[in-house]
Amino acid sequence: MRALVIDDSRAMRRIVGGILRGFGYETIDAGNGQEALDALAEHGPVELACIDWNMPVMDGLTFVNRVREQPELRGVTLMMVTTESEHGHIVRALAAGAHEYVIKPFTADAIRDKLDLLGLLPMEETV
Amino acid sequence: MALTSETFTYVATLVRQRSAIMLEPGKEYLVESRLLPLAREAGVAGVDDYVRSVRRTSRPQDLELMVEALTTNETSWFRDSAPFTALTADIVPELIASRGALLRLRVWSAACSTGQEPYSIAMTLAEDVRCRGTQLEIVATDLSDQVLGRAKEGLYSQLEVNRGLPAPMLVRHFSREGAGWRISRELRAKISFERHNLLHAPPAGPRFDLVFLRNVLIYFDQPTKQAILRRVQQHMAPDGFLVLGAAETTVGLDDTWERVAISRGSVYRPRQGAR
Repeated sequence: MRALVIDDSRAMRRIVGGILRGFGYETIDAGNGQEALDALAEHGPVELACIDWNMPVMDGLTFVNRVREQPELRGVTLMMVTTESEHGHIVRALAAGAHEYVIKPFTADAIRDKLDLLGLLPMEETV
Repeated sequence: MALTSETFTYVATLVRQRSAIMLEPGKEYLVESRLLPLAREAGVAGVDDYVRSVRRTSRPQDLELMVEALTTNETSWFRDSAPFTALTADIVPELIASRGALLRLRVWSAACSTGQEPYSIAMTLAEDVRCRGTQLEIVATDLSDQVLGRAKEGLYSQLEVNRGLPAPMLVRHFSREGAGWRISRELRAKISFERHNLLHAPPAGPRFDLVFLRNVLIYFDQPTKQAILRRVQQHMAPDGFLVLGAAETTVGLDDTWERVAISRGSVYRPRQGAR
């Protein structure tokens, strides 16, 4: 399973990437939405994208909209991972086509619970 | 059975020294609910007595166990997910099949802790179109007044709502309040919270159609488990369902229950004519 980790903070990419690799994912980093679209064009669809909201060049919400415009990326599960914590933000992200939403700060268990909900936790890791 | 401040201070200091986790005043409910299973296992009546005896003997393994109990993760929403999937995939259709229509549904969420389980049940049923006309009543119980107080409040921190609560359900059933999230009044109104000890008779009222008794039997010895299961069955509808924890079963314990396979697990029904 492959995951795209999209965040302009290298520290945050390391944290999210580390958690996902712990669940058996291979991870690809991107510093903003545009880099993430480029990575998808280069590597092909991934199972999961973890997406920060506020980033330079292209923000996370725009990235979600752009992915949803591309039928060949329909299988990519989109999970916002952001400090934006208002009710309206979550509604906007879900309306744009995000599947899940994790608010920073979070624990590894929070990511694991969400992956479990999405059916994206490899079985051997669910014990 | 509120905790003495001496017990709380001792436990908070121990946990801070060994795990760097701070238990602020106000977290007494957490200490009580997490240590109560250890107290029961040790055959001690309450957490205060248990902590006193651990302090007296100071056995490293007891201290470790206590720290571990307090530092494992907080309760998740839709914990183990399988029973909630079964609720709409198996249990509701089965009850409709056996009754023709689901006019009312009475649920018991036993050992409900801070309320994530009864609220998860309420959300699941609220979103099932077949339950639109169903009169739903959930009785949620726990031994600890402090966790019940939190459950009744229905106010959860950001960290708590991150744990297993699907984002679409968060936006549908919660609203922001300060730094936290408050469950909707509609869902809250479907649940009555009561203090209850599993060693006593189940909550009063009509028979339960559905009982969630998860991850709690493990804290009791065999005869007590059997007595609890017997009492639960006496207070259940004959076509009702019992949901146990993922690692728990009635098999080998009480053969008056029939195991019903669901996706990723089992639920139980009273065996016809068994009692």
